[in-house]
Amino acid sequence: MTLDIVQMVLITVLAAATPLILAGIGELVAERSGVLNLGVEGMMIFGAAVSFAVAVQTGSTFLGALGGAAAGLLLAALFGILTVGLAANQVASGLSLTILGLGLSGLVGANYVGMKRDPAPHLSLPGLTDLPGLGRLVFGQDAFVYTAVALVVAVSWFLWRTRAGLTLRAIGDDHVATHALGLKVRKVRFLSVLFGGACAGLGGAYLALAYTPFWSPGMTAGRGWIALALVVFASWRPLRVAAGALLFGGATVLQLHAQAAGLGLPGQLLSALPYLATILALVLLSLGQRHGGSLAPASLGRVFTPSR
Amino acid sequence: MATAPFPSAPPPGPRPGPTPLFGAYGIVKRFGSFTANDGVDLEIRAGEIHALLGENGAGKSTLMKILYGLLEPTEGVVTHKGDIVQLPNPEAARRLGIGMVFQHFSLCENLTVAENIALVMPKDLSGRALADRIAKLGIDYGLHLEPDRPVWSLSAGERQRIEIVRCLLQDPSLVILDEPTSVLTPGEAEVLFTMLERLRAEGRALLYISHRLDEVRRLCVRATILRGGKVVGACNPQEETARSLAAMMVGSAVREVTGRAAGTVGAERLRLDRLTLPAPGLHATSLRDVTLGVSGGEILGIAGIAGNGQAELFAALSGETRAPDPDAVRIDGAAVGALGINARRRLGAAFVPEERNGHAAAPLMSLSENALLSRYPTAPLTRFGLLRLGAARDLARRVIEAFDVRKAGPDPAAGTLSGGNLQKFVVGREILAEPGVLVINQPTWGVDAAAAAHIRQAVIDLSARGAAILVISQDLDELFEIAGSIAVLHDGTLSTAVPAGETTREAIGLLMGGSGDASAEPRDASKAVTHAH
Repeated sequence: MTLDIVQMVLITVLAAATPLILAGIGELVAERSGVLNLGVEGMMIFGAAVSFAVAVQTGSTFLGALGGAAAGLLLAALFGILTVGLAANQVASGLSLTILGLGLSGLVGANYVGMKRDPAPHLSLPGLTDLPGLGRLVFGQDAFVYTAVALVVAVSWFLWRTRAGLTLRAIGDDHVATHALGLKVRKVRFLSVLFGGACAGLGGAYLALAYTPFWSPGMTAGRGWIALALVVFASWRPLRVAAGALLFGGATVLQLHAQAAGLGLPGQLLSALPYLATILALVLLSLGQRHGGSLAPASLGRVFTPSR
Repeated sequence: MATAPFPSAPPPGPRPGPTPLFGAYGIVKRFGSFTANDGVDLEIRAGEIHALLGENGAGKSTLMKILYGLLEPTEGVVTHKGDIVQLPNPEAARRLGIGMVFQHFSLCENLTVAENIALVMPKDLSGRALADRIAKLGIDYGLHLEPDRPVWSLSAGERQRIEIVRCLLQDPSLVILDEPTSVLTPGEAEVLFTMLERLRAEGRALLYISHRLDEVRRLCVRATILRGGKVVGACNPQEETARSLAAMMVGSAVREVTGRAAGTVGAERLRLDRLTLPAPGLHATSLRDVTLGVSGGEILGIAGIAGNGQAELFAALSGETRAPDPDAVRIDGAAVGALGINARRRLGAAFVPEERNGHAAAPLMSLSENALLSRYPTAPLTRFGLLRLGAARDLARRVIEAFDVRKAGPDPAAGTLSGGNLQKFVVGREILAEPGVLVINQPTWGVDAAAAAHIRQAVIDLSARGAAILVISQDLDELFEIAGSIAVLHDGTLSTAVPAGETTREAIGLLMGGSGDASAEPRDASKAVTHAH
């Protein structure tokens, strides 16, 4: 059944894209508020380690996912205190956060290396899930995938349809002006950073609890960095982040099949393909829609200290 | 130097008479050891335009921020209709009916007009309803705005209109205006004055902060004057002269600028010949066939509304933009169009750009390092490619002494100086080089009266020593004060220079608005509004 093969491929593409969507959407919110958090990789891997440990200890995938999000949130809180509260340099703090997260994840995960758990349960709706062609794709995913899709929609709606979202975007655009209007620049930025951390942690949890599902050191394999790049090339738009993540997932699956088929190209080159393809596509996309003003939040990465 | 008599400062505390709409009594605001406001009293009545006068650093902004809830006073109270009120944040101030029109607009460039306005509106007002309100206000007050335009695409006048509309949508009883005309053309300012008068007639109170004394004398019947954080006087500006007001602000008589450049006295030293440059960016202006000549001893003023090619003209003169034809720019006869800024400096030219922080000076670097930045090609500040820091400090010290630059510490970072003092430093740095050609863009923008007089006098004195000087300014008063002849830059084309004594403000103003050029389309909707009334 070719339909089933197509469905299988799409399911693997979506699975590869989900952690990038989760981490990317979180980072997008933080960056829209003006904070560049380069610690996504660190928050992700720490989230992965903690989620696996919690899930093994409690036997609950749900609590594991919650633990992963909390772990990302914890690191993000540290980052927020440094950069939003104490006006530390965002680039340096973010890079340190990644190194810290990698280290902490090794510590937390040390006793869990080699353990295996059942993957997160998939949705099963009698009748619907068994529909040929798209039943399992639409009605047979795990909760992480549905959460990721819901987050894309919710964040789009939040940023462009609510007052709080408008405030967040305004603060990212000009923190001096919004501060002068009496908007709470640091509060909004801190909350945005926390949201970004929780999302990154959840993305890590997905890797450890559903995608692989086991813990191994360094298992995020640079996905945090890809998520960061996705946000930039997607010009800070949630739907484009999702599209970029799917493209990356697609290229990942494609290169796996290509390697298996033995195309004669070096494996390393094929492994680099998803990264190249994603960056290329998003660069073309962002070239096509330059129209003046700035695509990036104008205050992105700039430290804010309220003037007297 | 004669000291003008001051009206005696009123005693602190509420005064007898009708209850003011808003009062501030005994306001003290300290930042560490620095006292920005020291026992300030201010009463604002409904239906008046009250002027708040003072030099940069006199404490005007601090007082204004306290009234708008951005700062909490160390001591003192604010009253509303006689009751003491707390203003912990701008939202509280807005609820009491206080609105603010900021000098450096507090607008987010990448948001639309409607989004910028929605930021401070009650939560239930948004989307279509808000756009309708904006449109209605536009019709009522002649403040036309397109709600869906992003702010980055708008002119300064349009941006101020957003600030005013945002303020009026909250139906304020007190409107605070901080230097509202500093970015406007004379025509735009007229529209603003008419509207302020109307707001006053509606019974609103207006607090008008400015150091343009002519405007204050025209609009206001009561003024409070601040100096060094204290109230030093209250007066009716219409009974004072601009000079007596300035004297109260600075505490001594302002030096009158003397000896306006008389006209051509030497050979031509700076020439532009049919300079044509494409626009360097999306929101930049292209220059078309710009021709001008400045002789030694002459000051040529370039008037024009911001964004009509001033920045591009300055860049072409300084060498930040190279001309396609080397002959298009000449300094003392030498074709310099293809030369960079340092090569032009070595030929005896000097340049003062518009933006003090970030263009003329690096804010985080010390004054001596900033002296190095523009002077190392021409002054003996390097040896074998190494910096002579002692010589740089000497140079900075000479500038500081000659131009009376007030600063904290021996060699502070440029960014710690007030605007007027940094401008004096930047201008002084170039003038002490005794340039043969000086190009200066907005010499006294946002600078207080005393510093502005100092700078203008220094420019005039330099021209008297034989230098050719080109002054680009939006301030017509300034140009008429110092320039021997004036040309107008509009949409990248330069009008023929006319002697300042043979033209009028109105004639120049018309050229600035493009009325001298039938082919130019109106850049600004406010002109249409003027005609509609």
